[in-house]
Amino acid sequence: MSLMSSVLLLAQEQPAPPKVEAPPVSAIWPILIVLGAACLSVLFEALLPKHLRWPAQVTLALLTIAAAGVKLVTYVSDAPAAGETAMFGTLAVDRPALFLWGTLLALSLGAVLLIADRSVEPGGAFVASAAIRPGTIQDRAQVASTGMQTEVFPLTLFALGGMMVFCAANDLLTMFVALEVLSLPLYLMCGLARRRRLLSQEAAVKYFLLGAFASAFFLYGVALLYGYAGSVRLADIAEAAAGSDRSDTLLFAGMGLLVVGLLFKAAVGPFHTWTPDVYQGAPTPVTAFMAACTKVAAFGGILRVLQVALESTQWEWRGVLWGVAIVSMVIGAVLGLTQTDVKRMIAYSSVAHAGFLLIGSIALTEKGLSGTLFYLLTYGFTTIATFGVISLVRDSSGEATHLSQWAGLAKRSPLLAGVFTFLLLALAGIPLTSGFVGKFVVFEAALADGMAPLVVVALIASAVAAFFYLRVIVLMYFSEPAADGPTVTVPGAFTTAAITLGVIVTLLLGVAPAFALDWASSGVFAIR
Amino acid sequence: MTGTINLAGTLADGAQQATGVANLAWLLLVLPAAGAAVLLIGGRRTDKWGHLLGSATVIGAFVYGLVLFFDTTALGADDRTRDLHLFDWISVNSLSVDLGLRLDPLSLTFVLLITGVGSLIHIYSIGYMSDDRDRRRFFAYLNLFVSAMLLLVLGNSFVTLYFGWEGVGLASYLLIGWYQGKDFAATAAKKAFLMNRVGDVGLALAIFLMFKHMGSTSYDVVFAEIGNQSTGVVVAIGILLLLGACGKSGQFPLQAWLPDAMAGPTPVSALIHAATMVTAGVYLIARSSPLYSLAQAEDARFVVMIIGAITLLIGCVIGCAYDDFKKVLAYSTVSQIGYMILAVGLGPAGYALGILHLLTHGFFKAGLFLGAGSVMHGMNDEGDIRRLGGLAKKMPITFITWTLGYLALIGFPFLSGYFSKDAIISAAFSAGGGRGWVFGGIALFGAGLTAFYMTRLLILVFLGKPRWEKLKSEDGRAYHPHESGPTMTIPMIILSIGSVAAGAILSGMLPGWLEPSVGELAEVHGPLSHTAVSILTVGISAIGAAIAFAVFGRREQPVTRPQRVSWPVRAARADLYGNHLNEALFARPGVWLTRFLVFVDNRGVDGVVNGIAAGLGGSSGRLRRLQTGFVRSYALSMLGGSILVIAALLMVRFA
Repeated sequence: MSLMSSVLLLAQEQPAPPKVEAPPVSAIWPILIVLGAACLSVLFEALLPKHLRWPAQVTLALLTIAAAGVKLVTYVSDAPAAGETAMFGTLAVDRPALFLWGTLLALSLGAVLLIADRSVEPGGAFVASAAIRPGTIQDRAQVASTGMQTEVFPLTLFALGGMMVFCAANDLLTMFVALEVLSLPLYLMCGLARRRRLLSQEAAVKYFLLGAFASAFFLYGVALLYGYAGSVRLADIAEAAAGSDRSDTLLFAGMGLLVVGLLFKAAVGPFHTWTPDVYQGAPTPVTAFMAACTKVAAFGGILRVLQVALESTQWEWRGVLWGVAIVSMVIGAVLGLTQTDVKRMIAYSSVAHAGFLLIGSIALTEKGLSGTLFYLLTYGFTTIATFGVISLVRDSSGEATHLSQWAGLAKRSPLLAGVFTFLLLALAGIPLTSGFVGKFVVFEAALADGMAPLVVVALIASAVAAFFYLRVIVLMYFSEPAADGPTVTVPGAFTTAAITLGVIVTLLLGVAPAFALDWASSGVFAIR
Repeated sequence: MTGTINLAGTLADGAQQATGVANLAWLLLVLPAAGAAVLLIGGRRTDKWGHLLGSATVIGAFVYGLVLFFDTTALGADDRTRDLHLFDWISVNSLSVDLGLRLDPLSLTFVLLITGVGSLIHIYSIGYMSDDRDRRRFFAYLNLFVSAMLLLVLGNSFVTLYFGWEGVGLASYLLIGWYQGKDFAATAAKKAFLMNRVGDVGLALAIFLMFKHMGSTSYDVVFAEIGNQSTGVVVAIGILLLLGACGKSGQFPLQAWLPDAMAGPTPVSALIHAATMVTAGVYLIARSSPLYSLAQAEDARFVVMIIGAITLLIGCVIGCAYDDFKKVLAYSTVSQIGYMILAVGLGPAGYALGILHLLTHGFFKAGLFLGAGSVMHGMNDEGDIRRLGGLAKKMPITFITWTLGYLALIGFPFLSGYFSKDAIISAAFSAGGGRGWVFGGIALFGAGLTAFYMTRLLILVFLGKPRWEKLKSEDGRAYHPHESGPTMTIPMIILSIGSVAAGAILSGMLPGWLEPSVGELAEVHGPLSHTAVSILTVGISAIGAAIAFAVFGRREQPVTRPQRVSWPVRAARADLYGNHLNEALFARPGVWLTRFLVFVDNRGVDGVVNGIAAGLGGSSGRLRRLQTGFVRSYALSMLGGSILVIAALLMVRFA
């Protein structure tokens, strides 16, 4: 207690952000651990003999996440309520940032478990040697081999580190660097699938090209905003926008470009076009990681930019983001209806969810913030478990993702069909699942902030989206199984753990969400 | 019984805290839910005794419901509304939602109906589903339904009600699609789910409106605050709640799913789609009586009455034209719920009457459905009434119990329907002025039609010549009608006793008993005295039945359905174009939107975006040369979106 009060006193006595003093390390230990372990992981890759790499990498990744989590928890227990800056004012460690870090660490635990699994696909879902050209004799040989590219672990850790920096970035340049740190590993990871490598590599290239395109938007936006405010710090931009007679064209053009860059990462329509192809092509564990963690990081960034830097101009941009949210919900809900591939369907579902999340993000209230943070948590866990289940339904050529192959699955494997049904109901937002609570708090916040028409659209969109989840349930339960249908693999310990984790959290946050809502609402963006 | 002494005193907002035996009210939810969990998780191991466990949990809930009922009757009228707090579900900042139960006369009435009829139907299902390999799973779903339905009626806030609301929808959906091999079952299940979603959106919007304007959805707060709201808010909430009720209760314009839902097993039709779930809409409106009774809600109540009147007519008319045993009964249900909705739309003069009709209807309609199930069970699942006939001698118990239910439904003097339906018709006449004449006239005319189509059903199924003797069922078997076993006949007998006696017993007691929940039953006097209305109704029903006898009883009926018929019959056979209407309203715009978006997504992106981009100095051309394949069009769509976003931002700023 005394420590906390003295920290508080210190924070009060020094209103100006520290310029030259040594960075307070205690706040950013989780980031340091993750990035440090990522470097160590690269060394493992270079120095360890081949047969030791997989166990060493898995152990390191899991230990890293656990250690970062422990550090985070110990820090949270006596973190200053007003937050603090670190790394010379480039990182803002406040309550939302801490919540997002916790969410990211928990979700990446699930994703790493899926990535590490080698029982579902013998040797793992990742290619043994990514450089071999698809379709060649060597390539066919390596499908049968049991090795795997263990570089995926350092890549995951780097991406995770980038995401954590991204949602705590206090200025736009740090945010851009973090964006690249999280994106580049993801581009690579998308191309590492053992099966259907052409599709996977195509997805990687598409994601890279479009990602680079979006980064350019982001960077151009940063440049324009710097031109406007003379600083890249979020707080300075806010100050400049609140009271200045400078030309607003720079501000709004810059703001638009910046927001587009962010919306791309969050897969909000109409900037979603990469999502279905990439979700479908990437190895399923990577899709899970992308769908859950990237969404969290991107919306963390969006929340911070909107609430800290752009709050004073909200009446100008709000209407535009209304439109974007509606487009995203409609595209996601309607196009999801016609999908025949289960991974593409979940991709469109994620576009619709991005629309719902955007509604929460543009409600610039405490409720909007906490609701969106909570929604991210629930959506992430449900998604990881969903992709975990998808990875189990296989035929001789790998995963059986075509919906017709899921017909009558409930007869073959009632447990798997039951779990998947539960997860789909959570995505649809049926009560007593976390999806319902998430939608409930977000819509409630939006309504309280005067966005009733948007909530009406959202409710209709979620009713429409419920239909395509339902279609899968109908297929699984009410159709005759195909004669040469897929088999359901008995998952190994890792995948079982990931799915169980996702399902339990989905149920728990549906039945007793109070504690997580308390965390999500424990504070607002304090560093301004 | 310690519950009689209330030590806790009143809560701040009116409801008493539950004490004593009422503290265990959560058992009502947990017993059936636990049954469902054991049966679903236990899998094949529980096949042998699963149906017994399923029935036992519901009977247990019924017994506890009875204990609770007598515990409550021992209290004074002012102490009969009690709350049982379960736990804080969401509590964050200003948003707080508790899960709690409301034990009052209204909810207890429903508890007894749900668990009572539910128990009988569970017992009946033991016999009816004895040939089904998955009987255990069937009982698990039934238990799930009972639990969700109890949550719906017991919740003490609209959010809790919404939980149960979605839960019963899900269980109903699983049960409609029970016969997985048949295509129409899956289609019917989907249709039910979708049309219910339309209603659910209405209910969800009403709930959000309550949050926005009153900061809570608990009954206590909402009903205390609703009087201070503007007329617009009250009417909006009233109409949105009605939309929810229309979805769940098969009211116009969302009635088309209910007859299709008959694709499910007959016990399901009886329990869910006749006696309990479809009456949830009536419950919702009766529960919201403090809202609908307000002077500001006059318009909303008027809409409720219109919907009820339209639906009761639609149901009767279509019921006259169908040849499927269960579908006629289904449309009859639609029309009877129309009567209930009309009644609760009348306001204080009608809430108790609506609930009374709901209860009597629960008895006789469940009995009629079980009778239909018994006939089909003995006739190789034949449901086409033109292929039945003359079954009275083969199935005497079914015939007698069914006839008692039939008489109750058409309002034969001093049976159940006579007390409940006539009271509604009389109250409708009293609505005042021309309005009263219109609604009363419709309700009266509906009674005549009801007698007509029900008599037609009776004649074609049980009387006349056995037309099935020379026919074979679809699977090539000859018909050997036989009476069903005791697990099926005993529930039918019990329900038929209820059909005979429930009206007389309940009509005197129910209004007083429900007073703490829905207020005093207002005495209204219309242009016609109650006796006059009764005589009129009985007379018109008699005419309807006589016409049916004249048309169907004298001549021999063809086995196939006549095709050359007049336009009203054609319209009625086509559900009065209800499906067409729904398709035009909901399905077709959706299909068009989907096609349009798919087109834009697959091929049109280039076109749409090129248009914008070309206008910006041919930059699209350069970009197109830089990239190949689909990425090109993706990038273009992003560019187009960005241009739109920036242009819009600048326009908002400088316009």
